[in-house]
Amino acid sequence: MSDSAVSRAGSTPAVAIRDLRFAYVAGREVIDIPTLEFAAGETVFLHGPSGSGKTTLLSLIAGVVTPRAGHLTLLGTDLTTLSSGARDRFRAAHLGYVFQMFNLIPYLSVRENITLPCRLSASRRSRVTDPEAAAQALAERLEIAGLLDSRVTALSVGQQQRVAVARALIGAPELIVCDEPTSALDADRRDRFLELLFANVAEAGSTLLFVSHDLSLAGRFDRTLALRELNRAATMGGI
Amino acid sequence: MFLLSLAWRSLRNRAVISGLTLLSIALSVALLVGIEHIRRGVRESFAGTIKGTDLIVGARGGTTQVLLSTVFGMSTPTGSVSWATYERWRAHPAVRWTIPYALGDAHKGQRVIGTTAEFFTRYRFRDRSVTFAEGGPPDTDREVAIGAEVAERLGYTLGSEVVLAHGVAAVSFAEHTAHPFIVSGIIDRTFTPIDRALYVTLDGLTAMHEAEEGAGGLMMGPPTPQTEGPAPITAFLVGTKNRFETLQLQREMNEDRSEPLTAIIPGVALAQLWQTIGSAEVGLRVVATLTLIVGLIGMCVALFASLESRRREIAILRAVGAGPRTIVSLLVLESGVLVTLGAITGVVMVYGGIVLARSAVEARFGVALTLHPLRSTEWIYLGVIVVAGTLVGLLPAWRAYRNSLADGLSPSL
Repeated sequence: MSDSAVSRAGSTPAVAIRDLRFAYVAGREVIDIPTLEFAAGETVFLHGPSGSGKTTLLSLIAGVVTPRAGHLTLLGTDLTTLSSGARDRFRAAHLGYVFQMFNLIPYLSVRENITLPCRLSASRRSRVTDPEAAAQALAERLEIAGLLDSRVTALSVGQQQRVAVARALIGAPELIVCDEPTSALDADRRDRFLELLFANVAEAGSTLLFVSHDLSLAGRFDRTLALRELNRAATMGGI
Repeated sequence: MFLLSLAWRSLRNRAVISGLTLLSIALSVALLVGIEHIRRGVRESFAGTIKGTDLIVGARGGTTQVLLSTVFGMSTPTGSVSWATYERWRAHPAVRWTIPYALGDAHKGQRVIGTTAEFFTRYRFRDRSVTFAEGGPPDTDREVAIGAEVAERLGYTLGSEVVLAHGVAAVSFAEHTAHPFIVSGIIDRTFTPIDRALYVTLDGLTAMHEAEEGAGGLMMGPPTPQTEGPAPITAFLVGTKNRFETLQLQREMNEDRSEPLTAIIPGVALAQLWQTIGSAEVGLRVVATLTLIVGLIGMCVALFASLESRRREIAILRAVGAGPRTIVSLLVLESGVLVTLGAITGVVMVYGGIVLARSAVEARFGVALTLHPLRSTEWIYLGVIVVAGTLVGLLPAWRAYRNSLADGLSPSL
């Protein structure tokens, strides 16, 4: 696509990976990626069967786990040089994360779940003029405005996933990471969910990294990557 | 502040477990604080058994024995004090007033005491004096004033005829005609041994003994020397003109050679006695402390048990930017909130319990429970409880921290 992707291509990449290695147990690497780069504003479909290191790669990008070797640069900041506290703050400020399911804190209302990043991070808070208004606007665009004061336990899975997207998008972070967000949805809901996701990610101007094993979704994205081909640990491990 | 509200709502989300945990902490705190209150109430009413009296003087003997036989109506007296000696000390320049105390025979298990009107005007307990529910003090040698419990137990009312003699003689017709007493007054309940005693005049007591002897009864009580006028007494209470002279007077009495006496300071003797019998309170405290430890362990267990189901919640918090420190703070706050609310609830339970039960407890046990603000001991207890409880929260918090590091963003469910 599109002009915006091309025009941003020259700017700092959203994600840049060089010789990234990670192992939970010494000697048994699950991630070994020589090079990988996402342009700012790009929508990327990352495809891989379970065991290909998807979730580990996402945890590395989110800065929750630390690489054993190599470089992982987000928005020009090398995460490997940051302390774990600084990585947490960086994640809060610049990254939105959507899980496969169970995205919401059960004892908070929908509204509070959406504004949660603004409550935990001052810099994320500073990205919106008013978290309540931002939550309202996102909820309207994601067609969940009527649910804002509901208990999250009263929501359907599809509604929960939209709340999760609203939370990931509040304050328009530069990078949105989705870990199989549609796997619990039926086909109709999945399509509607993706439409809303794309529209809102485009609105926010964020880079979208979308992981799924469902290749039928790949057509909507700027770029499709197969993790098995990128990750030498996965191919060599023969999982 | 946001974390605190998060902790609070997380606890509320697990209302049943949190409620039960809070209750177990509250109960153990209530036990600890309640025991402290009861202990103090018991000690105060014990220490208040006799007030305002500077010295208790009896025949030479042990401090505790003098105290027990005069104030508590227990144990046997150390001996007797001759009337002449009593008169001599009463005239001592340092002495303001005296109350003679002559122990007679028991009447149906209750002690009969011969004394003077001074007793009803001078004697103090818990800063109160002896007052009458009905009637007044005995005036003649045929009148008797009775304690509240005596009246209640034996069913005596004002004007009842009472035969004050011991055991077998009491049923004898001869005794009855010899010297019956009339109840002249019923003393208000004091919650001291006064309630269990009968008070007659010194003459009354003498007349009672003479009647017994005259009727051929057994020779009981202190031997009555024929040579002197008034009979000897068992002990006497002394109020001094100046408190500073008390120690001096005590030494004089203890060192006097004409008749060997033991003079004791009631407050000191009571404190010594309490030391002996009060050691049971240590046991109570130990039990209460163990209960508290059990309560805290229960809280720790409840928090640990909740961790498994909360790995997802913790992963979400991590994903939106919470660091491990935030997760630890959240869990420690939860235990802090639980233990603080538990402590407050426990204290409220104690005060509520005192308000509800104080009159019943006072009527039943004579222990005046007072609603006083928490004292330093209790504040220290509560402080230790809150700190210990919060620190106990560190264990599950540490575990949650380790979990969140291992889980990353994908808790194994």
